[in-house]
Amino acid sequence: MNGVHDMGGMDGFGKVEPELNEPMFHEEWESRVLAMVRAMGAAGAFNIDASRFYRETLPPQVYLSSSYYKKWFLGLEALLLDKGYISKDDVASGHSVALPKSLKHGKFSMADVERIMVRGKFGRTAPAAAKFKAGDRVRAKNIHPATHTRLPRYVRGHVGVVERDHGCHVFPDTAANDAGEHPQWLYTVVFDGRELWGPDSDPTIKVSIDAFEPYLEAI
Amino acid sequence: MSEHDHHHHDHDHSELSETELRVRALESILTEKGYVEAAALDAIVQAYETKIGPHNGARVVAKAWTDPAFKKALLEDASKAVGTLGHVSRVGDHLVAIENTPGRHNMVVCTLCSCYPWEMLGLPPVWYKASPYRSRAVKDPRGVLADFGVSLPKETEIRVWDSTAETRFLVLPMRPAGTEGWSEEQLAELVTRDSMIGTGFPKTPGAPS
Repeated sequence: MNGVHDMGGMDGFGKVEPELNEPMFHEEWESRVLAMVRAMGAAGAFNIDASRFYRETLPPQVYLSSSYYKKWFLGLEALLLDKGYISKDDVASGHSVALPKSLKHGKFSMADVERIMVRGKFGRTAPAAAKFKAGDRVRAKNIHPATHTRLPRYVRGHVGVVERDHGCHVFPDTAANDAGEHPQWLYTVVFDGRELWGPDSDPTIKVSIDAFEPYLEAI
Repeated sequence: MSEHDHHHHDHDHSELSETELRVRALESILTEKGYVEAAALDAIVQAYETKIGPHNGARVVAKAWTDPAFKKALLEDASKAVGTLGHVSRVGDHLVAIENTPGRHNMVVCTLCSCYPWEMLGLPPVWYKASPYRSRAVKDPRGVLADFGVSLPKETEIRVWDSTAETRFLVLPMRPAGTEGWSEEQLAELVTRDSMIGTGFPKTPGAPS
């Protein structure tokens, strides 16, 4: 979706402000939100793509004015409500009043903690041969999916060069909607800065994205 | 759950404490339903606070600076190479190491959300996840570097890697001059988090930190 989360190339957000000796969490509740998101994901309530999609679908003004972990909290609550793991009555009372729904991988317990500290595997067996190889010139398609996609707006319609082939990976565009993994070839595609930002832009800049094969067309 | 629900509340407490109450309520709901064990949530937080952090990435960089065979293996397949080191083996399958050279500087961003190599660098800092960095890094990387007090020769190529998939990028910065004969442990002390994101350089030997 063409949401405010897709902010590559936007102006007006001001300077980057690094914080000296930044703590891992600024408030204790932030760490609880992180833990709940990781635990409920590992228990099978949602996959990583769905959790991203629910943050992206927060109203734009909420997205832009909420801190990072506030967005995580709002996305988590919306997702759990939508999938029926919690109810509006639960939220209103602050306690469980509705019956629980069964989780694909069962209750998240101490024994599961070590497992989630290892990153998930997203590589899958290729269902078909790769269409592109390193060195190929490709165009990022001018597409505007209404739901989750990992093709940022700032490259759409622009021509780049395939630099690396990462193998076949879970396709976020379908996985986010519970429509299956539909593994797709994934490539690093490099764009010249002037191709993206015009002839007057800095000629020393190159920008790459990791693009799934359905995002690309041969030229 | 809309923001309007809050208009009826009194305004004695800040927006933050409002959030805190909602987070606590959600945790109660999830534990009461039997979805999560409260102690397991504590353990997750503790694991993040103690097991991951930029020290992991720093050791990988320092090893690459001293061991040419490891460096070659790292640049070919970072997941595999890092997996051979006992101390940081839980890196997942999709880590890519990218080398800075005198002619080319690499910088990593996630314009769409906050993708970041947690196992190598820990949880990302707020600025990495915030709008200014995410919006400008791909269009004005030199301006962003200036915000960090970093400047590069104007002919240096700047390559920005937008982390749009599950691949994760670790910048291998250039080894500082004046470190000949240093041990891996000594070198690791010079490797900053930002130097592995591409928004900084390693510390200079002898300079105050």
